[in-house]
Amino acid sequence: MEAALQERQDSIHRTGEAPFAMECNKDSLAGAVSQRACVFCGSRVVLYPIADALHLVHGPIGCAVYTWDIRGALSSGPELHRLSFSTDMQEADVIFGGEKKLYSALVELIDRHAPKAAFVYSTCIVGIIGDDMAAVCRRVSEEKGIPVLPVQSEGFKGNKREGYKAACNAMRQLVGMGDISGISKYSLNILGDFNLAGEIWLIRDYFTRMGVEVVANITGDGRVGDIQRAHGAALNVVQCSGSTMDLARMMKEDYGIPSLRVSYFGVEDMAESLYAVAAFFKDEEMMRRTRELVKEELSLLMPELMKYRQALAGKRAAIYVGGAFKAFSLVKAFRAIGMQAVMVGSQTGTPEDYAELAEITDPGTIIVDDSNPLELSAFLQEKEVDIFVGGVKERPIAYKLGVAFCDHNHERKEMLAGFAGMLNFAREVYSSVMSPVWRFVPRKSETVQEVPHD
Amino acid sequence: MTKMVPQYVSTTNACKLCKPLGASLAFRGVEGAVPFLHGSQGCATYMRRYIISHFNEPIDIASSSLGEKNAVYGGGANLKLGLKNVTEKYHPALIGIATTCLTETIGDDVKRLLFEYRREFMRDGGPLLVQVSTPSYSGTHMEGFHAAVRGLVEQLTVAADANSTVNILPGFLSAADLRSLKEIVADCGLTATVLPDFSETLDGPALRDYPLIPKGGTRISDIRAMGGAKATVEFGHTLPDQLSGGKHLEKAYGVDLHRLGMPVGIRETDRFFEVLSDLSGNPPPEKYAMARGRLVDSLVDGHKYVFGKRAVVYGEEDLVIGLTSFLAEIGVQPVLCASGGTSGSFVKAIEKAVEGFAVEMPRIHEGMDFHEIGELAAELKPDFFLGHSKGYTLARNLSIPLIRVGFPIHDRVGGQRLLHIGYHGAQQLFDLIANAMIMAKQDSSEVGYSYM
Repeated sequence: MEAALQERQDSIHRTGEAPFAMECNKDSLAGAVSQRACVFCGSRVVLYPIADALHLVHGPIGCAVYTWDIRGALSSGPELHRLSFSTDMQEADVIFGGEKKLYSALVELIDRHAPKAAFVYSTCIVGIIGDDMAAVCRRVSEEKGIPVLPVQSEGFKGNKREGYKAACNAMRQLVGMGDISGISKYSLNILGDFNLAGEIWLIRDYFTRMGVEVVANITGDGRVGDIQRAHGAALNVVQCSGSTMDLARMMKEDYGIPSLRVSYFGVEDMAESLYAVAAFFKDEEMMRRTRELVKEELSLLMPELMKYRQALAGKRAAIYVGGAFKAFSLVKAFRAIGMQAVMVGSQTGTPEDYAELAEITDPGTIIVDDSNPLELSAFLQEKEVDIFVGGVKERPIAYKLGVAFCDHNHERKEMLAGFAGMLNFAREVYSSVMSPVWRFVPRKSETVQEVPHD
Repeated sequence: MTKMVPQYVSTTNACKLCKPLGASLAFRGVEGAVPFLHGSQGCATYMRRYIISHFNEPIDIASSSLGEKNAVYGGGANLKLGLKNVTEKYHPALIGIATTCLTETIGDDVKRLLFEYRREFMRDGGPLLVQVSTPSYSGTHMEGFHAAVRGLVEQLTVAADANSTVNILPGFLSAADLRSLKEIVADCGLTATVLPDFSETLDGPALRDYPLIPKGGTRISDIRAMGGAKATVEFGHTLPDQLSGGKHLEKAYGVDLHRLGMPVGIRETDRFFEVLSDLSGNPPPEKYAMARGRLVDSLVDGHKYVFGKRAVVYGEEDLVIGLTSFLAEIGVQPVLCASGGTSGSFVKAIEKAVEGFAVEMPRIHEGMDFHEIGELAAELKPDFFLGHSKGYTLARNLSIPLIRVGFPIHDRVGGQRLLHIGYHGAQQLFDLIANAMIMAKQDSSEVGYSYM
């Protein structure tokens, strides 16, 4: 296609039109206006919801100020995570080194807020001037008696995935520090849910009803103390393909804890995830409870969902999200309300992710890695899309062209996970697709002219 | 007596943004231009997200997307590849290149790299390349904004025949302000070059096709001719000479410079109209005499609702100065004027703005963050906050209204349509403030009068 640069062609696939192949998981192309952020962003989004930790960004002000209260991640208790802390490095710190300022800032903030742990994020400039962040963290940790963890998240060190890994490396230091006595043999940690709009509370409720103890939320409504006990759980359930898979792998290595990949988006994936957990524990009674739970939830959900399905059947959707795993669920979730995904893309998918997308999508579906506004807008037009699902950076692309939009990113304030979330999702889609405002946008202006006047 | 503000080492909830964001906004206000950040991918993406959430408009900011190797061996190759790709896809008339803290620290010589790029890839023409140094470890987004304007003027203007145009360098205004500004100048019978002008590029209509580069912006040919203008009007009491486009035009081409405050409130707007009258040789048009008259009339009608109310004002230094000046005019007591900026001339400008008007001198602080503003505000017992969205939590904690002005407005629609300047802007501000005070009284009233 014309909107894509030559170097980008191998990162765009059309289901069924060629043998599957995909260039992905590499640095963004210079000048292509990628929708991706950086390593720092990856670390920051993953650790952000840990609500009783101090999150100090070591660098100039930008990195901290653009991530201030950025996520819709709720806490049932402390809200330290909603503040934006920075060393606000100045020119002199760059020249003479920022270690002293970092030390003083850490001590000052720990004294002020008494956090259970502190994460210190490295930014581009810190990587260049070579501040020994680890040494400063060790010193403060000894002096203050709390874990102070460096997060090696220099922005230029790769893409967002590298940031996920840096965040997992930091959390790995916490796991294993807590007392695990009294944890049930039917227990798990929830990895990769960030409690947007309270989603993790819903998921925890499902597990509780099944008879499974949740040890640690990683990281939605997260607590340092819980993560320190996470090695006492029998299982890790991992949502969000990129962000916390590394931690699950590390915990398998360190403590032999197995993991299951799950998704809480859409009826199908939500139910399958609960069944998979029940099956893992090989407990008949638990399986029975799970079936009952699913049945009960579905009997509430399905009649409501059908109302939306009637209105939305046959509409076309485009999906562009951070992680590919969410894209799988969204493809299925759209099917559940009678809609078809005609374009699916992600910022950080792997070849395996995209192969799976090619597997589950209809022929002709566009699959794309690390896209940009030019490509995305061309896809929306080519496929005559009715709704685009993405994040804040995708929203103006849809709106400018007069296309409906659903925010499914980490800034959203609507709960979209679980069975109840599926209904919210349908309502969100419905309330955008069915709005009368589209009748006035240039894309649909012919339709308006056809409306007879009486 | 209020306590002195402790000087914290750490920054909590900064009341400023970083330099390249300001530069990107300024470049976006030039016709056919694409802002380009030389640094990590994250900078461009974060700033796009931040700007989008205010304007609800696309803003494509390109990036040289440096990786680890580039950070070690230099970002030149990525910069050139990025410029090539942007040129190929966007066909820009101009690429505005701003550095970031990464590329400033590794010491990329952007000027030399662009010289090489022009030689290697632009033999057959190509976009104009304007570059500006904007390391985020000094200054705020406002210094970045002004540096980009200064860069555009320095690198594009040429000695031009004397013409009757007036240059207007307004600083960071809203899209509605820019539209109003252009209307005022045209109504005064003057032809003006407003730089930058993102009134359309960041507030455009619904379209059938995605705009590669949206329509609008200051014409490049007009920027080139600024050296021949009969005068420059530049807003900003805290703008240092080395970042002033007007100073450059004065020095290089002898263009008369009129430095004014942002025309917020009656006195600053009066001064602006005086300058316009001098330049046009005509009195202000009847339309504005009427607007001023209605404004004064409304201030009389509503003065009791606002008199003696205590306000915390925060944000960019020049906006805070303008707002404070207006508050003083309507009998509101500014109790704290705060900015994350550190120009060094903020305190004096505020003192001057309230002189002879305010009953007591407000606390005035440069280099403040919201933690410090919050600590002081708790002691100062304000009736309302006046500033952008990021003060919301503080206002909420004190159960007082936040009256939203400036940038960013992330929790309401219409930030780009807020009007601050001129008599019409003052009218809108007054209505907002008076109604907020009436509403606070009404909502806390046990009786619940519907007749206030």
